[in-house]
Amino acid sequence: MALRKVKGTLERVLDKNLQDLVRGIRNHKDTESKYIAECIDEIKQELKQENLAIKANAVNKLTYLQMLGYDISWAAFNIIEVMSSTKFTFKRIGYLAASQSFHEETDVLMLTTNMIRKDMSSQNMYDSGVALGGLACFITPDLARDLANDIMTLMTSSRPYLRKKAVLIMYKVFLQFPEALRPAFPRLKEKLEDPDPGVQSAAVNVICELARKNPKNYLSLAPLFFKLMTTSTNNWVLIKIIKLFSALTPLEPRLGKKLIEPLTNLIHSTSAMSLLYECINTVIAVLVSISSGIPNHTASIQLCVQKLRILIEDSDQNLKYLGLLAMSRILASHPKSVQGHKDLILQCLDDRDESIRLRALDLLYGMVSKKNLMEIVKKLMVHMDKAEGSHYRDELLSKTVEICSQSNYQYVTNFEWYVSILVELTRMEGTKHGKLIANQMLDVAIRVQAIRHFAVSQMALLLENSHILANNSHRNGICEVLYAAAWICGEFSEHLSNPKATLEAMLRPKITSLPGHIQSIFVQNILKLYGKILKAAEAKEDAELKAEVHQLLQDKLPVFIQSGDLEVQERACSILQIVKYVVKLEEKGAAVADEVEGLYAGELNPVAPKAQRKVPVPEGLDLDKWINEQPDESSDDEFAGPSFFLSADEQQHRSSYQYSNDVKATTYEPTEEELEKRREMRKSEVEHNPHYLKDDGKGKKKSRTLETVNANDVPVAQIDLSIPLHVPGMSTSDKYMILQQQAEKEKKMKKEKEKGKKKKKKKGKKGKEDDSDEDEIPAVHTVSTVVDAPEGADLSDKEDDKQSNDQYKALDMNLDEPLRDDEVLPVRTHHVVLESPRTGETNDEDDAGANKGKDSRKKSKKDKHKKEKVHKKEKRKQKKSESKDNSPSLLISEEPPETIEAEESSKTPQTEPKKISSKTKETVEEKTGDDDLSFWLSKDSSETSTTAPTDSSTSLPNGPPETDVGAVSPSKSKPRLAVENVVLSSDEDVEASHTEKHKKKDKKVKKDKEKKDKKKEKKKLKSKRKEYEEADGITTPSKENISISQQPTPSDVKLPPMSSYLPLAENEAIRLTYETRINHQRSDQIVVSVVFCNLTKNTLKDLEFSVLDTLNTKLIRGIGQKSHDAIRVPFVLLPEAQNEGQFAFTVENITMPQKLRGTLTYIVKTEEGSTQDKVDFKINLPCSTYLVATPSTSEEFSTLLSGSEACEKCSLKFSPIETQLALILAKTCFYLHFRVVEQVDNSASLFSRSIQGHPVCLLVKFNEGSLSVDGKSSDQTFLSNTLDDMKTLLTQPPPQQLQLS
Amino acid sequence: MIKAILVFNNHGKPRLSKFYQYYPEDIQHQIIRETFHLVSKRDDNVCNFLEGGTLIGGSDYRLIYRHYATLYFVFCVDSSESELGILDLIQVFVETLDKCFENVCELDLIFHVDKVHYILSELVMGGMVLETNMTEIITRIEEQNKLEKQEAGISAAPARAVSAMKEMNIPQKIKDIKLPDLPSIGNLKF
Repeated sequence: MALRKVKGTLERVLDKNLQDLVRGIRNHKDTESKYIAECIDEIKQELKQENLAIKANAVNKLTYLQMLGYDISWAAFNIIEVMSSTKFTFKRIGYLAASQSFHEETDVLMLTTNMIRKDMSSQNMYDSGVALGGLACFITPDLARDLANDIMTLMTSSRPYLRKKAVLIMYKVFLQFPEALRPAFPRLKEKLEDPDPGVQSAAVNVICELARKNPKNYLSLAPLFFKLMTTSTNNWVLIKIIKLFSALTPLEPRLGKKLIEPLTNLIHSTSAMSLLYECINTVIAVLVSISSGIPNHTASIQLCVQKLRILIEDSDQNLKYLGLLAMSRILASHPKSVQGHKDLILQCLDDRDESIRLRALDLLYGMVSKKNLMEIVKKLMVHMDKAEGSHYRDELLSKTVEICSQSNYQYVTNFEWYVSILVELTRMEGTKHGKLIANQMLDVAIRVQAIRHFAVSQMALLLENSHILANNSHRNGICEVLYAAAWICGEFSEHLSNPKATLEAMLRPKITSLPGHIQSIFVQNILKLYGKILKAAEAKEDAELKAEVHQLLQDKLPVFIQSGDLEVQERACSILQIVKYVVKLEEKGAAVADEVEGLYAGELNPVAPKAQRKVPVPEGLDLDKWINEQPDESSDDEFAGPSFFLSADEQQHRSSYQYSNDVKATTYEPTEEELEKRREMRKSEVEHNPHYLKDDGKGKKKSRTLETVNANDVPVAQIDLSIPLHVPGMSTSDKYMILQQQAEKEKKMKKEKEKGKKKKKKKGKKGKEDDSDEDEIPAVHTVSTVVDAPEGADLSDKEDDKQSNDQYKALDMNLDEPLRDDEVLPVRTHHVVLESPRTGETNDEDDAGANKGKDSRKKSKKDKHKKEKVHKKEKRKQKKSESKDNSPSLLISEEPPETIEAEESSKTPQTEPKKISSKTKETVEEKTGDDDLSFWLSKDSSETSTTAPTDSSTSLPNGPPETDVGAVSPSKSKPRLAVENVVLSSDEDVEASHTEKHKKKDKKVKKDKEKKDKKKEKKKLKSKRKEYEEADGITTPSKENISISQQPTPSDVKLPPMSSYLPLAENEAIRLTYETRINHQRSDQIVVSVVFCNLTKNTLKDLEFSVLDTLNTKLIRGIGQKSHDAIRVPFVLLPEAQNEGQFAFTVENITMPQKLRGTLTYIVKTEEGSTQDKVDFKINLPCSTYLVATPSTSEEFSTLLSGSEACEKCSLKFSPIETQLALILAKTCFYLHFRVVEQVDNSASLFSRSIQGHPVCLLVKFNEGSLSVDGKSSDQTFLSNTLDDMKTLLTQPPPQQLQLS
Repeated sequence: MIKAILVFNNHGKPRLSKFYQYYPEDIQHQIIRETFHLVSKRDDNVCNFLEGGTLIGGSDYRLIYRHYATLYFVFCVDSSESELGILDLIQVFVETLDKCFENVCELDLIFHVDKVHYILSELVMGGMVLETNMTEIITRIEEQNKLEKQEAGISAAPARAVSAMKEMNIPQKIKDIKLPDLPSIGNLKF
């Protein structure tokens, strides 16, 4: 065996390792892929070896190759083999490979569930860590479901390293398995207050991620986060919390108001830029959410802007960038505040960093006003000239246009200026925004009538110089402006100073190199110009001019007829035909100019944004019905390539460029057949109709369909005057344009006259038919209700969104609701050892095998309860039989009736209290779920809530024994007596203590008899008694104090059973109770004695006790152990045995009550194997813990009272639940370690001394149910805390008493 | 959430790639290339944030990077992460590498990419920031290394000897490329 190992090692030496592989690849630079192919072959060989080291090495190399882009999914199984290695080294290699290459579709992943589970619960912390880290990368819904519970267990691990990882991975679990969120959430929330900052940070991280997607569910956490925000000093945590708040504030404006102040403080105080920046961001979010209502909110804004200015002025480019980014957020809601910093923003335009310049540009958009527009634009133009890189220049250009045109040219006061700017912009080289400029030109020329003359002259100039622009025939290139120029010159030709020159310019052969859709416009507008010239010539009777023009057209138009572009060809043909016809008529001496001009009579106006909507859908036309099979939703430009028709359409021009976005979304995509049909139809129409105008694709395809199908039904068509507008080939938008024009003319004229030359026009001014819509925001999107395709496309978009958000939507659940019974984390069911795992987190087997198949601890409370009952019964039965045989003691004599009762209990109402109490127990110990929530919520308001676990546990130490019993499962107590440090078998146990405690038992029996009458309580009593026994059974030197304190209790009063042992924790395998003792030698130490009680029939071993130290209280560990190490409990717990271990703590300050959290881990050893498990607990150390009952004479007492030592006073008055002073005194003495100095009638004096020497003197007066206590001590805090202890002890009704009544 | 962490050199050669969301290998490769093109054309004196590429991200994602000597460290993160925070995280990462490799240089990342992964896994887990405290990170890494050494024990001795021999022949072993002096922790923004 050893030999083989050595041999394997030697072989391995000869294999390539990762370094060799890397080296090899570097040495084969030219033949890299060949070399890698060889290596992969080698790796495949190595993977076939049995030696795991070789495999691991091979997998390690594969991981490297994966990074180089090689698929290694074929090795998935080998990776799993390596992951399953027992050696950490190999395991880590395996998990790394898995995290790099596995994903949801990796089918071998389902093999890994158990392996990962095993790794996670490994003794070696780093095995678990590696498993968690890997799992975080390749978790699947299945893995999440199966492992959620194990991860939950790890969340309470005693090692912060694992807790941290477990908490963090829960987010991934939630994403994959949303059902886990609710059951796991309370624990997650608990981790927000974990003592380890790493764990805390992880919990914050997870909750912030969750809340970012579904903020409303996390509103209830706001107070907690608020507290964290004001207390935490970890910047990472703070940033996360502050980011979270910015997501929460929009939902709850009140929160925002509360936040402003602390955030402002943080802004003032923090030196961390990251934190400052996030604070500002959140303040902005708050201010946006509460746009009004805060009196000083301008101050906050000013503060933000000021701080941002500092950021922007910083030399660090990153800060500058972020400052601008945040500034633009303010701009959206408070533009005024930002405008003051125009200088700064303009300065940023000169920055060498392009990202910063772009951000500054964004800001400029919001900063312009009528006054500064020209100035800003000028600056932008200058920047454009010197800008390097076409991207930035394009960005500048489009921003310039955007800035000018925003809010319907709100800030443009002089349109001549604007047109000049547009013309100047055409000189920018290589821009992609030709279309944008063209749209602007058209928009301005059409809508600002007063500017037309100027615009036309500029456009004519452009046409003259078209050769410069035409060079750039890039689709969106600058030549697009020629489109606008030609149209404007043609449409408003009456403003042309020299129409003939323009006509010539438009007929240059160079034009034919332009894109088809521009040529079409040229051809079309040539006819318009022709009509105009003809008219002028006719008026002047200038036959020569006419002849020239005729000649010109007849010469030049044939060039267009030869165009490859069908549209151009068609139009040229028709126009040439018209010209020839006109020539023929002219020869006959007829005046045709009017008729030619009549072709284009009327004025064009922009289409009202909602015009399309006004077209009623003809009867019988179901627009939602598919004509053909549904085309692929994906692409708008699917047909763009081959079809001229569509390519023109794609570049369609809107009268306002603002429309274009909407249009894009609404463009309908006809199928090929449709297209064909339509093309044919149109061709025939064109042939038959001399007035065929143009199809520049202005309309939407769908509207065309509509028209084609039912043109005559469209009411619009009826408004046509002399012009046959319902030409099917023409787009509706054109028709509307004309329609609009007629309807709107008067209105517009009026308005424009009023405003004169320099006026801005309101977009979306509509015709009469549109009056109702006038106030609505201009948007074409309403068209989509009529059009099929875009709607469909839209839907598909939404679906995509849904898919991507699905995993977050699934996490949208109310986390404040209490958990339902069925909300549990699934627990594995196939563990062989496990027959009745009652608590899902633990896998200890239970001796009672009756509950096979109950795999979930939270599956149902009732189920569980039943189970417990069964357990109880069984245990009791066992006990009975055992004890009957061996020890017919007093104890046992009482067993039979009880057992019967227990058996009956399933039917009789007697069970009620039991049920409740066991439920309470669940609540306390297991279902941390709801309780934590209520704990956090109620924490501030009340401390007396009986359901909150911590509350009840704090009340426990002080309450009467009933309380203790109730909390420590009344059902499970057994007649076991604990003798310190000795493990007794059950029989001996009973026997031994029996004799010792005979006297006390007598007392007990007496009491029991008394209470036996109350049948209902019997159950409880029984267990109570057991508890008592347990406590009394311990005879240790340290118990002397207690016995002393018991002595002075008046013997005539029936004392309730009292136990100084308090429940610590319990699960189905082990129960812990504890007592605090004082180390008489040391004033700074206290001993916690814990009784470990094995509840199973298996041996528990390897008990490790670990407590998280607080600043004040620290566990004393062995030499060399670190502060987080666990202490090994020096014994093994035999089946059903119990033993006591003592743990010493150093205490620095005793004046405040302390609470310690800890965990006990142990291994359950069964025949089938061992399982590890653990139980969490909280040790309460109230102030009275530190008191030592010190005898004192009345003389000493009075000296003390009058002396200066005890000068701090404190008084309290309350109504105790006990009605006898004797009882009150007994309780106080027992639990709080006091001694009675003197008792006179209804008053008594009590004395005690703390381990640090504080004397505590109490004067107690009991009068008609009310108890007044006056205390004196040397320390105020200590005294008041002690009195509080006393009050809770005496006033708090034990929870189960409430339940019983 | 962090979507991806990429480390590549001035020529775009990947030195470490960690994707917290699944992409097939070829897409991963493309993403690295695209990111390299986006990042490499930026001057060193410009800001460290840029909009994500087309392959990785979307509007919510940004690339946050730092350039150290021959290496680019790029984090692709969504809006839940603080930009400056991530920059500091990169710094922590590099400083940790520097501590673990003792004057880290590109060669360390080339030959020990696995170790770099292990270090990274102590900082970021499943796309979420796990730990930012460098001492804690280094403690964890050292403890794991110790564990590894223990396991290797005697049986690994021959292997170590051989690899030592191999290493001796390597002229590149000279750590020619050094990272610039890292700013002291005091200068960090955190």
